[in-house]
Amino acid sequence: MGRRVAIVGVGMTKFVRRAQETGRELAYYAARQALDNCGMKIDQIEAVVLGSAPDTFDGVHMKGEYLSDGAGAWGKPYMRCYVGGGTGVFSVIHGWYHVASGIFNTCLVVCEEKMSSFQPHPQGAFLTIFDHTTERPLKPNLLWIFALEMNRYMSTYGLRKEDIALVAVKNKNNALDHPAAQIAEPVTVEDILKSEVLAWPVQRLDVSPVSDGAVAVVLADESIARRYWTNRDLCYPRYVEEAARMAYKMAGITNPRHEIHVAEPYDPFDYKELHHMEGLMLCGRGEAPQLTADGVTRRDGELPVCPSGGLLGVGNPIAAAGLMKVAELFWQLRGEAGKRQIARKAKRGVAQAWGDLMQVGTVVVLGV
Amino acid sequence: MALNERMERVGEIKIWYGNLPVESLYTAGIAGEKFFRTLKDQGKFLGARCVQCGIVYVPGRIFCERCFNKLDEWVQVASSGTLESWTELHVDINGEKLDAPVLVGLIKLDGTSTVMVHRLNNVTREELKFGLQVKAVLLPKSKRTGAITDIAYFEPGV
Amino acid sequence: MRERDKKIKQVSIALPGTGLKEDDFSKGRILTTHWTADARYGWDAGIAIGRYLAGLKNGIILGVHCKKCGRTMVPPRIFCEWCFRNVDEWVELQDTGKVNTFSLCYVTWDVKRIKEPQIPAVIEIDGASPGMGIMHLLGDVKPEMVRIGMKVKAVWKPVSEREGAITDIRYFKPV
Repeated sequence: MGRRVAIVGVGMTKFVRRAQETGRELAYYAARQALDNCGMKIDQIEAVVLGSAPDTFDGVHMKGEYLSDGAGAWGKPYMRCYVGGGTGVFSVIHGWYHVASGIFNTCLVVCEEKMSSFQPHPQGAFLTIFDHTTERPLKPNLLWIFALEMNRYMSTYGLRKEDIALVAVKNKNNALDHPAAQIAEPVTVEDILKSEVLAWPVQRLDVSPVSDGAVAVVLADESIARRYWTNRDLCYPRYVEEAARMAYKMAGITNPRHEIHVAEPYDPFDYKELHHMEGLMLCGRGEAPQLTADGVTRRDGELPVCPSGGLLGVGNPIAAAGLMKVAELFWQLRGEAGKRQIARKAKRGVAQAWGDLMQVGTVVVLGV
Repeated sequence: MALNERMERVGEIKIWYGNLPVESLYTAGIAGEKFFRTLKDQGKFLGARCVQCGIVYVPGRIFCERCFNKLDEWVQVASSGTLESWTELHVDINGEKLDAPVLVGLIKLDGTSTVMVHRLNNVTREELKFGLQVKAVLLPKSKRTGAITDIAYFEPGV
Repeated sequence: MRERDKKIKQVSIALPGTGLKEDDFSKGRILTTHWTADARYGWDAGIAIGRYLAGLKNGIILGVHCKKCGRTMVPPRIFCEWCFRNVDEWVELQDTGKVNTFSLCYVTWDVKRIKEPQIPAVIEIDGASPGMGIMHLLGDVKPEMVRIGMKVKAVWKPVSEREGAITDIRYFKPV
């Protein structure tokens, strides 16, 4: 199954609502830091993979080319990828192919997002996610998709907002210890429940903040996709399970609940962490809320989930967010996560991201 | 499809019309802030020099694309240079004919390694040639906003 | 690798990046460039959606059927994406259905607050395979009365106002 691939260095910028830096400058900060982190020179990088959202967000055409020099790709083989929010993890898979195939010995993976350029609010850039003929005339917005899915999940398992709010509380508090988190603040379940209702059942504090930011890793695994999101079962992320099965098979994992020691599932909304834990088969369907309530997923728990603080706590620059999770596993598995270090010993971790029209599942398993 | 062809046969094809409301507010960036503020306030051009590669980038930037080092050495560069290439425009972005042709060129300021695109003025097409000496003409200080258009155009001269 | 490990310490506490606030923009402390795109489109509806829209103009919701997997699908498509073959026939579905999920949305696409919520929903259309939903709006119903599983029926625009669009259905209301 190809050569074994490792992640040897990580770089990251702050995740902020609006950065003064241009996208190119953000990419450079992250890429430069990743190189310094592992003591490598740019000449030792043989290929570069870049993940970044389509041009509308930044209002920059051919973003791959625009970001190439900041990503260290001058004069090098270079590929750009994008699968919505799944990009952060997908880009690692993309880089993995480069090295596992034996064609390159090293690959620098950079993910960058500068969403703040889009006016009046970056959420508007997602309008194109809806079908132009059968959906956009209804004047939808991105929140609808999450709200519809969250409602279905809650209704299927008889959950209350309180059960789901626990995830936002855990992650936003975890993020207080993450150096990239710019708006992390201690919150309680009550704060979540009192926050402004945006698209019921989604409230303001259920949502991860829109951000600018970049992450880079110097790196291993798989993905899947499908159309017509309203034709699938909205209370279970099958797309994650399918990707997870492929990844677990490659990693030789047969009992994820016990063989995975730390998890970073994609959490753009609090209910998504629960959804994705189930998709990753870390528990049975509908069981994630109980695990959360029992404290199993806290940093001092048996199966820490999103010790980084996740998207909810650190921020959500679309392409870079998933890579931030991979970076977190890198630090956790090496014992370098500082204040965020989980209590239990971890040898295997899983990172997962979700994207496109909510049907791309990208999963990567890391181990030491 | 030719640039100025339109889809006339609406009844035959089922087409859904719409638009994308895209409005962008770009920051100049860390390097851009420095370059454009200097252009606005002092009417000077700043480049960034890479000590290792010997390249001078204009507008200045924070990193060298070749050796990937941070660039800390900012230098004032000349506001004149040579014409590396040029073109004469006859149609606008939508393919409509312009009232009068417009000349644009690629200019390399003296002592720098990069080129910038800008308008050319006070020169005829026949007078243009590669290597022609051109100089920047700036807007009066009161009209400058810290944008590339603070340079009104380039014209022949040193 | 061990030697290098010793040299690499923890994540540096101060990561690069300069966050800006609202008044950095409004007070002109940083230089910006403003730009609007004039992005206009004429999207080809496609063979399948072209027919779907024509059906809507006639007050009918159309679906398609694949004999191989047995699914009846809506919105219609020219090929079954599971079996990767052409669909076998077009089917007239009913204009009633069941609410699969819904939301009460108090913000617009550009994040402005609205007083009366819009009620987007996924509606499983009667006549299609279970779980086959389309996105639309609910109307003529109090927000607090909406329930998952609720039976609804399409409220159509009068014939003269229909144009062959998803909005030829104004909304779905409880039966």
